[in-house]
Amino acid sequence: MSEVVLHRLPWWRRLTAELTKSPVSAVLNIAALVVFVLIAIPLVNWALIDAVWTGESGDSCPPGSGACWAFIGSKLRLILFGRFPYDEQWRAFAGTVILVALVVISLNPVFWRKWLLPVWIAGLLSYGILMWGGVFGLSFVESSLWGGLPLTILLTVFGVGFGLVISVPIALGRQSKLPVFRLSAIVFVEAVRGVPLISVLFMASVLLPLIIPDGFTPDGLGRVLIGLVLFLAAYMAEVLRGGLQAIPKGQYEACRSLGIAYWPMMLKVILPQAFETVLPAMVNLFIGALKGTSLVVIVAMMDLLGAAQAALADPKWIGFYVETYVFAGIIYALMCGSISWYGRQTERSLREMREQSNDRR
Amino acid sequence: MRSGPAFQDVPGRVRLARFVTRREFQSQALFIVIAVLLVWGAIQVAADNLAESSGKSGFAFLWQKASFELGESLIPYSAGDTYFKAFVVGVLNTLKVAALGIVLSTFIGLIIALGQLSKSVVIARLCRGYVEVVRNVPLLLQLLFWHTFLLRGLPTVRQALSPVDGVYLTNRGLYLLSPVAEPSFWIVMLALAGGIALAVGLWFWHRKTNAAFRLWPWGLTIAVLPALLAAYVAGAPITWEIPRLTGFNFTGGMTISPEFTAMLLGLSIYTGAFNAEIIRAGILGVSKGQVEAGLSLGLHPGQVMRKIVLPQALRIIIPPISNSYLNLTKESSLGVAIGYPEVVRVANITLAETSQSLECVSIIMLIYLILSLITSLILNVMNAQTSREER
Repeated sequence: MSEVVLHRLPWWRRLTAELTKSPVSAVLNIAALVVFVLIAIPLVNWALIDAVWTGESGDSCPPGSGACWAFIGSKLRLILFGRFPYDEQWRAFAGTVILVALVVISLNPVFWRKWLLPVWIAGLLSYGILMWGGVFGLSFVESSLWGGLPLTILLTVFGVGFGLVISVPIALGRQSKLPVFRLSAIVFVEAVRGVPLISVLFMASVLLPLIIPDGFTPDGLGRVLIGLVLFLAAYMAEVLRGGLQAIPKGQYEACRSLGIAYWPMMLKVILPQAFETVLPAMVNLFIGALKGTSLVVIVAMMDLLGAAQAALADPKWIGFYVETYVFAGIIYALMCGSISWYGRQTERSLREMREQSNDRR
Repeated sequence: MRSGPAFQDVPGRVRLARFVTRREFQSQALFIVIAVLLVWGAIQVAADNLAESSGKSGFAFLWQKASFELGESLIPYSAGDTYFKAFVVGVLNTLKVAALGIVLSTFIGLIIALGQLSKSVVIARLCRGYVEVVRNVPLLLQLLFWHTFLLRGLPTVRQALSPVDGVYLTNRGLYLLSPVAEPSFWIVMLALAGGIALAVGLWFWHRKTNAAFRLWPWGLTIAVLPALLAAYVAGAPITWEIPRLTGFNFTGGMTISPEFTAMLLGLSIYTGAFNAEIIRAGILGVSKGQVEAGLSLGLHPGQVMRKIVLPQALRIIIPPISNSYLNLTKESSLGVAIGYPEVVRVANITLAETSQSLECVSIIMLIYLILSLITSLILNVMNAQTSREER
């Protein structure tokens, strides 16, 4: 059946045509569908049909019944916000919404304008006020109480943000013909990429207090963030280096012949193109960073995963770990999925903008 | 390409060396001075802080006695051995889970990749779904899930689940048959070695003379037959020790801890999804014309896969998959979260006991750096070999 005919058919005919393209694929499809349905039925039974949706304690979910979503319901605020003071959790929510909105608009090329910088400054200011408080009648919340989803998002956004900033000089250093910069960049990048994230986090949380004079030591959150930023910066520098290498030599030569100095050339000509080239890889690193923030659990911080584990410790509700991990897993998967979706959108709109400007010329 | 045309040559700028302008020299010197000052300051502060807390420093503690037990070990270890030995146990446990994880994750990756390329839409979609879900959930969450599941989801020792005779699934671990060598073991092994040597000889002869027979069935027969004969004459080389329930626990047989099982499952399932993408990209990277050419030469699809697609795909696959193996090795450090005694876990307990944080963290980093270096060395060699075949 030709493609044209296929498109005119109603969807069920198209589906059956697709499923029975050849005898072999028809048999395989039917067998796979049967296996899938056989697995899916008990899963759906557990997750939806036999599930318990309301209840006050573990007694409302007797063994043998389905998923105990009542547990998630009663622990929802704890899982999502960790130990953030209960009555102030709207602040963490509002702050996180602002932060996410800032990231979302910054990733859209349409908004790459001059006013983006003041918007960021205003956004970060209100984020800080909402999270810390202490002014405008908001009570002070110390950063050790921040937790749950806001902490996960905070670590991801600032880890990636600062990581990007630091990765630029490292990537340029690695490309530099000056041996001191090149060697230091190589040693830093290779050393960090050779060790696991958890060891960098350990280093940040136990070593920083040792080598920084008393009184200047950042708090737990700051230390973890420093570790995360250093770790991400090394990977981002490596990705960025790939982008720099992809830039044709003629671009450098053109700048030189126009008399443009090193930094203006890098900032206005080379780096924008390099970042555009490596956008897909950077989006992957963004997702990796989001997943990596879950490791802060090991250094005793309560991010989304940590808060989910804390919820499991309630003696009134025992044994609902599957529900908890599935719930946290769905949140992570949704976040990662939307990042990669949005990354693809950005790529497409960048390409369209490029084509339009080419047409105009 | 190192095209960093840093500064144009402006008349009047003094050249210190042949390629270095004064400003370039100054910036490097400044960088070195600042770096040295920072490191020196950090050392001073650290020395002060250590003196204040009267903490010991140095690696002498490695030869003191560790007071902790480690759940599992490839070499005999018990509390009272040195910290050094505990670290060796940790490294071996890391290598054990990484090696098995690499094999299993490659296997999973291959199956899922072939599934995604399958003729059946349903199978392709299901495999795609696996990749999308597993890649987007943090590994730590998956590890914690598997660990909790193995501890709480499986029955107690007394009500052990036994899918096959001699295999018991319990919340204290997996109990399996373990092989025990009989006296005839070495005779049979010797016969097997002889058989393999004969088969290799046959292979050489086959290559040299291009004799018209199929190599595989004959080679396999020659390799295995002597061993089978020896086993028939001398008796079975291996007997199986079956785990038995005595009192509160199983004795005999082989025990696999829930921690190890959780690590292996989590690491393989997670890395398997990444490997599937790598392998799929490798297979798709071989141009369609190659397959069509093979088919039109009269090779059957299996031969095309084996002799045309896979060797070329391998060249695309090896660099990224080696990176993925290295990631798996590094991610085995998450064992610390579920109590699998790998390097980081050992370092963490040692740190808690001796409070020599600086030393413990640097040991972790050193070990992983060495592992990474060795791996990248091996892979560079492999890479050079596969790309040398290029014509």
